[in-house]
Amino acid sequence: MSYHNPPTTPRKSATFDDYTLSEIRRAATTGIYDIRGAGAKRKLPHFDDLLFLGASMSRYPLEGYREKCSTEVVLGTRFAKKPIHLKIPITIAGMSFGALSGNAKEALGRGANIAGTSTTTGDGGMTPEERGHSKTLVYQYLPSRYGMNPDDLRKADAIEIVVGQGAKPGGGGMLLGQKISDRVAEMRTLPKGIDQRSACRHPDWTGPDDLEIKILELREITDWEKPIYIKVGGARPYYDVALAVKAGADVVVVDGMQGGTAATQEVFIEHVGQPTLACIRPAVQALQDLGMHRKVQLIVSGGIRNGADVAKALALGADAVAIGSAALVALGDNDPALESEYQALGTTAGAYDDWHEGRDPAGITTQDPKLATRLDAELAGRRLANYLKVMTLEAQTIARACGHNHVHNLEPEDLCALTIEAAAMARVPLAGTNWIPGQGF
Amino acid sequence: MPAIDLSTTPLRALNQSLHALAEGSSETEWEVLNPDGRHAVAVGIDAPVSVDIRGPVGYYCGGMNKQATVTVHGSAGPGVAENMMSGKVVIKGDVSQYAGATGRGGMLVVEGNAASRCGISMKGIDIVVKGSIGHMSAFMAQTGNLVVLGDAGDALGDSIYEARLFVRGNVQSLGADCVQKEMRDEHLELLEDLLQRSGITGVKPSEFRRYGSARKLYNFNIDNADAY
Ligand SMILES: Cc1cc2nc3c(=O)[nH]c(=O)nc-3n(C[C@H](O)[C@H](O)[C@H](O)COP(=O)(O)O)c2cc1C
Repeated sequence: MSYHNPPTTPRKSATFDDYTLSEIRRAATTGIYDIRGAGAKRKLPHFDDLLFLGASMSRYPLEGYREKCSTEVVLGTRFAKKPIHLKIPITIAGMSFGALSGNAKEALGRGANIAGTSTTTGDGGMTPEERGHSKTLVYQYLPSRYGMNPDDLRKADAIEIVVGQGAKPGGGGMLLGQKISDRVAEMRTLPKGIDQRSACRHPDWTGPDDLEIKILELREITDWEKPIYIKVGGARPYYDVALAVKAGADVVVVDGMQGGTAATQEVFIEHVGQPTLACIRPAVQALQDLGMHRKVQLIVSGGIRNGADVAKALALGADAVAIGSAALVALGDNDPALESEYQALGTTAGAYDDWHEGRDPAGITTQDPKLATRLDAELAGRRLANYLKVMTLEAQTIARACGHNHVHNLEPEDLCALTIEAAAMARVPLAGTNWIPGQGF
Repeated sequence: MPAIDLSTTPLRALNQSLHALAEGSSETEWEVLNPDGRHAVAVGIDAPVSVDIRGPVGYYCGGMNKQATVTVHGSAGPGVAENMMSGKVVIKGDVSQYAGATGRGGMLVVEGNAASRCGISMKGIDIVVKGSIGHMSAFMAQTGNLVVLGDAGDALGDSIYEARLFVRGNVQSLGADCVQKEMRDEHLELLEDLLQRSGITGVKPSEFRRYGSARKLYNFNIDNADAY
């Protein structure tokens, strides 16, 4: 009797999947870790795992087109003589000139102006164009201090001290040589064509006690006019926010691990930090425990894509959100219309993340003058404004449906979660139950 | 000469008056009494005035200075003259960590010693220290000159870019990518000028050794990974 061996289907390992294998081969071939832009790409608990309940018998909704639902936000009410007034609770996050082309920065400014919100500088300093095109501009104070000077500090509408970023809490920056044009090199006081490493710690303070004195200095230099933000990556949000408040922040920015970056090691992006969803409640809790919720404003960023995300972040207690990646997409980043060019770069629209290489066919993450002129700053600015307005309308729609006349009146009680993880992180009940994991029945 | 006594006048009033100085103001000589280690004294000035501070100051004295000459008749805490743009800051005593951090111009003269991280991330400032400096000084120093008449601590000039370091005494160790370099005529001339401008006499440029970047870490190479 002969045995017939039925063939088994070739089986790939879940542990050693195709991507993992390709990464091993890439490392073996090149001898360098993978550096890329954008944020964490793995699936993480996120705002999609939350739902709004809407109004019903016990709460009544507001009439969509008649009853007002306000969206304005005031940032910096704690100490600053001149707080910032925004029309919408969505700001443009810090992205450096250097990482982005001058045109892209201009487009961000134009879009933000139309929508009534702020933009933010980045590593590399403030350009006159950026100041000129942004009605409300937040000036970042980073470890590298590239281009830092008192005149720009005074020209800014607010100052953001960057302690960390969600994409790389605890990491510094890296702008590879090929993106260092004459202008970028000059702004950073460094030779052209060399890699520009940005330090991960500030050169002249360590820890919250020093930071408190640093903030005093910045306030004295700017005569106590400017709101001072502290931006932290989503590492230990409860303690980080509490210490930021202690150090004297007017505004705290918490950037979760999905937050984009211009260039960071892949291993950092995917394996360090906490998801945005997991950061908000501890951050709000810290403010509440200190009696500072709504007195020190909280801005949340990292993976904000639409009005529902905005509404959910606000419902969990944020005062505003910031967007980076989504703003770039609105300008034209990763547009399928450029598919053949993405293919030529060995990638595909929607996956392009080699922003550090400066070859962006959309003309956004580049310093190549030819590529940069592909972006029409006026048109791209208009697109960003449209997108910001749509997001705001969406958030208002949800807030009205939940019966609120200001988006800030959204609250955790308006939400339920689809998964146990999201319920635990957002501290809202699992759908269909009154169970908030970690808080008993 | 306006004299401001910080034991009775708030710091805010001092800095505000210094910022409010109009172009061509006749109040060009200021005196600050009883600083008592206060932080952020005389920061953000942008006027060709002189400010004499009688006593010790805390953090960030003379921070982001432009044009002014700030003299501390005492010691200074961390970050003195941080991010200075132009002008001169003189400390008659010792200074703590990060002296002249990220400074972009002007001159910082320390007549005593400086602690660790002196000239960290400097971007064009000239720093002259009559005594010695601590460890990790001139870390990631980009441009400008650091002159030390005494000794330098561990890891001098780690990850240095284009700044020039001149040390007359002993260097405990050099940091990654920092090497001793030839002292050419142009460097001797530069040093002569720096010494003269900082009021130092009786010391010859030829007594110094020069250090700077080997430029081996300028573009990433995996075989240098242990130096990063
Ligand atoms: C191209 C690019 C450049 C960035 N540059 C900076 C920077 O210079 N400083 C900073 O604090 N954050 C920087 N970030 C992070 C953003 O400020 C923000 O935290 C992040 O983009 C928010 O997440 P999102 O991209 O999912 O919206 C950058 C992000 C991108 C996409």
